[in-house]
Amino acid sequence: MSDEAGGIAEEFLSEAAEIVEQLGGHLLRLEEQAKKGSLDPDIMNAAFRAAHSLKGIAGMFGADRVGALAHRLEDLLDGLRMGRVKPGPSVLDVLFEGVEALDALVAEVGKHTDAGDVETIAPRVASLMDKVTAILEERPPEKHDPLDDFDISSEVLEVLTEYEEQRLRENARTGANLYRVRVEFELSTFDEGLMALSGGLKKVGEVISTLPSGLPANETAIVFDILVGSPKDRSTVEAACEGFDVEIMPIERTKQPEVGASSSPAPMPEPMTGDDVSPSASGKKRPPTQVGAYSARVDEKSPAVEEADAALEAATGSEEYASLAAVARTVRVDISRLDELMNIVGELVLSKANLQRISDSLKSELGFRGVSVDLYKEARSLERRIDLLQKGVIEVRMVPLGQIFDKLSRMLRKMAREAGKDISFEVSGGETELDKLITEELSDPLMHIIRNSIDHGIEAAEVRSARGKPARGTIRLDAYQKGNHVTIEVSDDGAGLDEHAILRHGLERGLVGADQVKELSRRDILGLIFAPGFSTRQEVSGLSGRGVGMDVVKTNIGQLSGVIDVDSEFGVGSTFAMTLPITLAIIQGLIIRAAGQVFTVPLNSVIEILRIRQTEVRTVERQEVIDLRGSTVPLVRLGRLFGLQGSASEDEHIFVVIVGLAQNRLGVAVDQLLGQQDVVIKSLGRRLGNVRGIAGATDLGDNRTTLVVDVAALIEEVLERDLQVAAN
Amino acid sequence: MSKPKYRILIVEDSRAMRVLVASAVEEIDGVEVVETDDGFGALKELPRQRFDLVITDINMPNINGLDLIRFVRRSPTHRDIPLIIISTESTEEDRRRGLKLGASDYLTKPFEPDELIARVRRHLGLE
Repeated sequence: MSDEAGGIAEEFLSEAAEIVEQLGGHLLRLEEQAKKGSLDPDIMNAAFRAAHSLKGIAGMFGADRVGALAHRLEDLLDGLRMGRVKPGPSVLDVLFEGVEALDALVAEVGKHTDAGDVETIAPRVASLMDKVTAILEERPPEKHDPLDDFDISSEVLEVLTEYEEQRLRENARTGANLYRVRVEFELSTFDEGLMALSGGLKKVGEVISTLPSGLPANETAIVFDILVGSPKDRSTVEAACEGFDVEIMPIERTKQPEVGASSSPAPMPEPMTGDDVSPSASGKKRPPTQVGAYSARVDEKSPAVEEADAALEAATGSEEYASLAAVARTVRVDISRLDELMNIVGELVLSKANLQRISDSLKSELGFRGVSVDLYKEARSLERRIDLLQKGVIEVRMVPLGQIFDKLSRMLRKMAREAGKDISFEVSGGETELDKLITEELSDPLMHIIRNSIDHGIEAAEVRSARGKPARGTIRLDAYQKGNHVTIEVSDDGAGLDEHAILRHGLERGLVGADQVKELSRRDILGLIFAPGFSTRQEVSGLSGRGVGMDVVKTNIGQLSGVIDVDSEFGVGSTFAMTLPITLAIIQGLIIRAAGQVFTVPLNSVIEILRIRQTEVRTVERQEVIDLRGSTVPLVRLGRLFGLQGSASEDEHIFVVIVGLAQNRLGVAVDQLLGQQDVVIKSLGRRLGNVRGIAGATDLGDNRTTLVVDVAALIEEVLERDLQVAAN
Repeated sequence: MSKPKYRILIVEDSRAMRVLVASAVEEIDGVEVVETDDGFGALKELPRQRFDLVITDINMPNINGLDLIRFVRRSPTHRDIPLIIISTESTEEDRRRGLKLGASDYLTKPFEPDELIARVRRHLGLE
């Protein structure tokens, strides 16, 4: 395949994946709206357009299976937006299922999945398509066309797409008034003006279509006719256009809307609370005179309802406006370009450090005067700017966790259905931001934990009722930022972990020694589920209902320099908390010397630094420990850990850097503290990449390369050794 | 390269589809392509320079393809530009309306790039 062809296929994959994700997002929103009883036609249309576009590009790129399914979903969504299909839970279920299947099929095209998955998916897709066909066959009969009641010129009708015509009809049927709003804008800025005007009009009604109506002779301005359906009278529509020079032309109603029109299918199954689009109510109460009809509906509203309406419309209207603007102002970039940029910034940071050193030595030679002052000031100002640049690049890499939360909630919905459990999914902190790469890598571990919660955590409805819990289970996903770290918690109100069973199992597997049992805290015991070899699938589901591949989850999180913790109360529920750094790209490092070598310890995991006497170090079970305000903290000597020859300091005093992640604490013995510096961590390459306890290397700028200590791995190493010592 | 002889405006909201259409028609000698992702963009591009052909999707945000066709056909300066609709078979009704409004031709997705090239050449008067 030529480069160009490869590039185009890549283009398809990325756009297809993006569309599927958008479609999923639209469906979630529709589901929420359906619960409230009113579907937003714009979202329905957006969902339709997503399926439509996907079908289009799939056809062009030969992704036939994607195309076929997208086509079926498009038909269904078309039925929905055209009012031929009534929205209900079953329709939404089918659509959600469709999004899942599309996801898998697109991944198949990108060969991101193995053939086994595809084979299991084919029958699912087939049955899904049948379900869509079945829904579509329940078509309600056609009836009187409400558009006949209006005096609409064919000139207007012929430029409407079929969908726009349907929206026009829907407005006519619900007794809304129709207006043509004519407006002229400068050609160079018409889009902004038009968006603002449409935003205003959406607060009082629906913008059905925007027709550009030709350029005046000089071609510097452009005239638009905006077709609006609104229950409000002309003066209200006029007020919504305030600030624009518009001409409003009502489209005359030549006949009364039919009484009893409510029996026809509507995209809105039940009128929204507080909204008065109910066709039966408005149709029956409408005064017989044609003129009065325009204002009648508005007058029927109580002031409170009116206010609630306005607030709701204002909220949705402005949000929509903002999101349109946001789309237009976004640039998509390949993450590898940002990596390059980050590397350059990293090198700049090094140059800055060198410059500062030169400035400092010049200052000590010359004193603080003349050129040494100038250099010092310039170096300072450069430093500030590089800081800003560095922050900027890091920020650009940040994406909100909401991106994966949406996907997770779709998966959860599906898995819960498959498991036959009723589970509500609550999410908070979706706006919390993390480095794009970390966010992507988080998706699998989170999925794993959620799956465990569904399969083993949340009990069957009868069991829950018997335990006095609500029949419907709850799984929560919460994210929040704490300094340079983000914590993500997955909690459920399910069965919880059985400590006794876990401990028994740990003993059987030889993960803990019998003599050690007394010393194990509750946390130590729960932590056993993360131990490699803790369990195989069937054994655990019977026991605690957890631990299926939890060691893998822990490893994944560890690779992101994060830690995972679990807390649980038997019978009440469990919480898994993952703590991760915001970015892996540039960190602040504490430069230390130990065993004659220079190391860098990531500052974000340094809790405090102590100076203690050598004599304060005790040995418990062959592990050196120190006392830290009453609790015992293990002490490691890097030289010993990495098998270095350099001798440890003979001084009476040593420094101990206390590092910690989540609740774990560890002391690192240090001979000398050399300073603090921003460092860019570089991978050690394949050959050295697997040295446990080392996260990578970094250049300190004066041609010294040091190793960066991997705090998470160090803590694990010591904790595991702890357990092994006890077990032997 | 010498100055382009023909300038084609592609109006299509799908990025992948746009790339595909553009890379096909660029195979024709002397063709320069201007791409835009919706009707707004098209209305801005049209008065900026002379176009020899417009290729448009119908289902697009903001201003749909039908609006665009009507606009072009009613504009004294642009009304003679040939217009090709690219649509899918499910929007047959919309395509019919487009042709009624004065579109010169249509292609149904999926289509062979060679088919597109042949149509474009015909409308540019190259055959």
